[in-house]
Amino acid sequence: MGIQGMELFAIGVVIILFVAVLKQFGILEPMSLEDSSDSDLELSTVRHQPEGLEQLQAQTKFTKKELQSLYRGFKNECPSGLVDEETFKTIYSQFFPQGDATTYAHFLFNAFDLDRNGSIRFEDFVIGLSVLLRGSVTEKLNWAFNLYDINKDGYITKEEMLLIMKSIYDMMGRYTYPCVRDEAPSEHVEKFFQKMDRNRDGVVTIEEFIETCQKDENIMNSMQLFENVI
Amino acid sequence: MAAGVATWLPFARAAAVGWLPLAKKTMPKPPVDKKSRNDEILFVNVSGLRFQTWKNTLDRYPDTLLGSSEKEFFFNEDTQEYFFDRDPEMFRHILNFYRTGKLHYPRQECIQAFDEELAFYGIVPDIIGDCCMEEYRDRKKENQERLAEDTEAEMATDTPLPPHSTSRERLWRAFENPHTSTMALVFYYVTGFFIAVSVIANVVETVPCRPLKGSKKDLPCGEKYSLAFFCMDTACVLIFTFEYLMRLFAAPSRCKFMRSVMSVIDVVAIMPYYIGLVMPENEDVSGAFVTLRVFRVFRIFKFSRHSQGLRILGYTLKSCASELGFLLFSLTMAIIIFATVMFYAEKGTKGTNFTSIPASFWYTIVTMTTLGYGDMVPNTIAGKIFGSICSLSGVLVIALPVPVIVSNFSRIYHQNQRADKMRAQQKVRLARIRLAKKGTTNAFLQYKEEGGFQFRESDSALCLKNRSSFEHQHHHLLHCLEKTTNHEFTDELTFSEMCMTESVGYRTSRSTSISSQQGVTTSCCPRRAKRRAIRLANSTVSVSRGSVQELDTLQVHKTSAGPQSRSSLNARTEDLKLNCEDRDFTAAIISIPTPPANTPDESLPPSPAIPGILRNSRSSFTHETVKISSL
Repeated sequence: MGIQGMELFAIGVVIILFVAVLKQFGILEPMSLEDSSDSDLELSTVRHQPEGLEQLQAQTKFTKKELQSLYRGFKNECPSGLVDEETFKTIYSQFFPQGDATTYAHFLFNAFDLDRNGSIRFEDFVIGLSVLLRGSVTEKLNWAFNLYDINKDGYITKEEMLLIMKSIYDMMGRYTYPCVRDEAPSEHVEKFFQKMDRNRDGVVTIEEFIETCQKDENIMNSMQLFENVI
Repeated sequence: MAAGVATWLPFARAAAVGWLPLAKKTMPKPPVDKKSRNDEILFVNVSGLRFQTWKNTLDRYPDTLLGSSEKEFFFNEDTQEYFFDRDPEMFRHILNFYRTGKLHYPRQECIQAFDEELAFYGIVPDIIGDCCMEEYRDRKKENQERLAEDTEAEMATDTPLPPHSTSRERLWRAFENPHTSTMALVFYYVTGFFIAVSVIANVVETVPCRPLKGSKKDLPCGEKYSLAFFCMDTACVLIFTFEYLMRLFAAPSRCKFMRSVMSVIDVVAIMPYYIGLVMPENEDVSGAFVTLRVFRVFRIFKFSRHSQGLRILGYTLKSCASELGFLLFSLTMAIIIFATVMFYAEKGTKGTNFTSIPASFWYTIVTMTTLGYGDMVPNTIAGKIFGSICSLSGVLVIALPVPVIVSNFSRIYHQNQRADKMRAQQKVRLARIRLAKKGTTNAFLQYKEEGGFQFRESDSALCLKNRSSFEHQHHHLLHCLEKTTNHEFTDELTFSEMCMTESVGYRTSRSTSISSQQGVTTSCCPRRAKRRAIRLANSTVSVSRGSVQELDTLQVHKTSAGPQSRSSLNARTEDLKLNCEDRDFTAAIISIPTPPANTPDESLPPSPAIPGILRNSRSSFTHETVKISSL
């Protein structure tokens, strides 16, 4: 009999198995794609060294000892000298276990990451801290404005503010008293805009922001609260 | 929270400035931090190995020893460092925990030592990092299991019965541990023998015997000697039933016993007989009855009570249930696949054996297990190719779970070996412990008695018998206990003899005690010692203290070699004219009989020769005597 159906199939199977075995033994090397797993290794060896101590002293308002202490803590946590966004989110979320702090952490990360390269270096960290703790009121307000202004175009729109507000309320979590209603963020945003937006053009500029805040006693008083954090 | 989080807290608090413009209410006041923020380097000396670390590092975990004020207890003013008398190698890991926030378990250390160190430093083991957690858990579980085994082995089997156990408990013990009593052993072997007999009878009764006279057909022996076999079967079943009922009666928890595997096997082994008795000699029913007789073979499982190896095998199979299940499942899958393929491959052939897929199952199984009976063979080329693939894969599939089963078996087997070794060593260990206990008791008794020896100046060897201050203090403690309870420590022998010879000893001890009174004033230590020695030698009458009350006074004399006071009992005394000057201490035992309630004619006052009797050692310059009343 000639070769028929099943037998043909059988022969095909055998040939395929043979090829597979050869490939396994490396005798037959078909064109394989470049192994891209090696490139991952390089990324983790990136590290960053900060500028010298004197330079940082000049840029910030911290003393040498404070800078040393800060750097030791920073380096302990991030031996490579860089904080990427995921790590930042993880760290920040640990302070707010009840809710979800990742969105706010994202905005915060962008506020600290001055050169927008996706990682916070020690300089960014310490400069940001210097503004927050030792800066003048105007500088602090500037920083806050920068935080709210998500796309850094100089204007806070209602949508941006709503995102920020929602992320803040997210940090509260579900179990609050009284319960956080769904409209609460947008109501809060409305109040904010009523207060801040002088010319009712739907956006808040930096001048409006600073002006309004300086007139508000509460805000002015509370600016002093965080000065002795370090 | 992790250590690093503490570092980032100031940052998070600073970032809260971003909330200020949005806040609906005023912010609360921040907490006032009185501590100085300046970081300083602390020195920690652990058994000579000096570690240095920032204070902040240690402060990260305030609920541990190093992070809280508890470490101040270990602060050494002279060297301005914290000194811990612990293992320096382990401390390295502890300190690394503070530095990195992750606790690692060093693999070469003993798990218990590690746990103790953690407990000392106040660190909860739950925070061990993921990298080491598995190893830690495994080792800990292993250790716990081993300890549990030890305590089980100690408490179980060979311990003597509690004195007032009921006959039921005794019976149960006899069943569970046959080597405890001869009756149990006899019963054990008898049942074993009958199991063997029963199994052999079952086997033999199917063997064809020579036919009866006059008939040609070969009869199985069971039918030829049916009466004999029936009697043997009855006997065995009677024994088994008796045994089962006894076990049922003796079992502490009947429900649990009835559910246990062995009892189920017992029941299944004897049931067919009784059912056979009850069943009428009906034709169609007897067919079912014959099937029931198959269950008689379960009697062979009763051997597992007698054989440990069988039990191990059973445990192994039970513990490898998942591997066996996997094996079965994969085999089934492979069988179905290959049977289908073979069926379709061989479909065309005329007169083929592969009539259906289920029929091909048989071929596949036989091929995969490499049996190869040869009753079904493929004829086509495709069939042969697939058949060979089938046998190759069969070997692989079966070989895969086997190492797992083997390793399980080996583990259980070794556990059992260890348990046996434990039991063997147990006896040695217990004997050693008993010896040690006796040693301390004897030392104490000797200590009390030996006071007399110390008076002999020539007997310097005994005076020089140095005891450590620890021993002194220990003995003092025992003395105090004796005083408190008004009883005295003795050893086993004397106790048993004392109980027996109470009345006899009365006279003898009286005589010794009276004569000893003279010894008080005239440094009669030698004589006293001799009498004591005699008393000890005649252990039958040595301590019949039920009738005589003696006051043993222990006086410890300290020589002018001043600051070498080795125990709080050391004291100066000038009253007793002792000549052992170059000895560190002496102990004098002066026996003063005081009247017990029931001997009115022995009213002797407490000896005035003992001045200044103080109970507790107040200072090392007054004579201190410790009175021990013996009853």
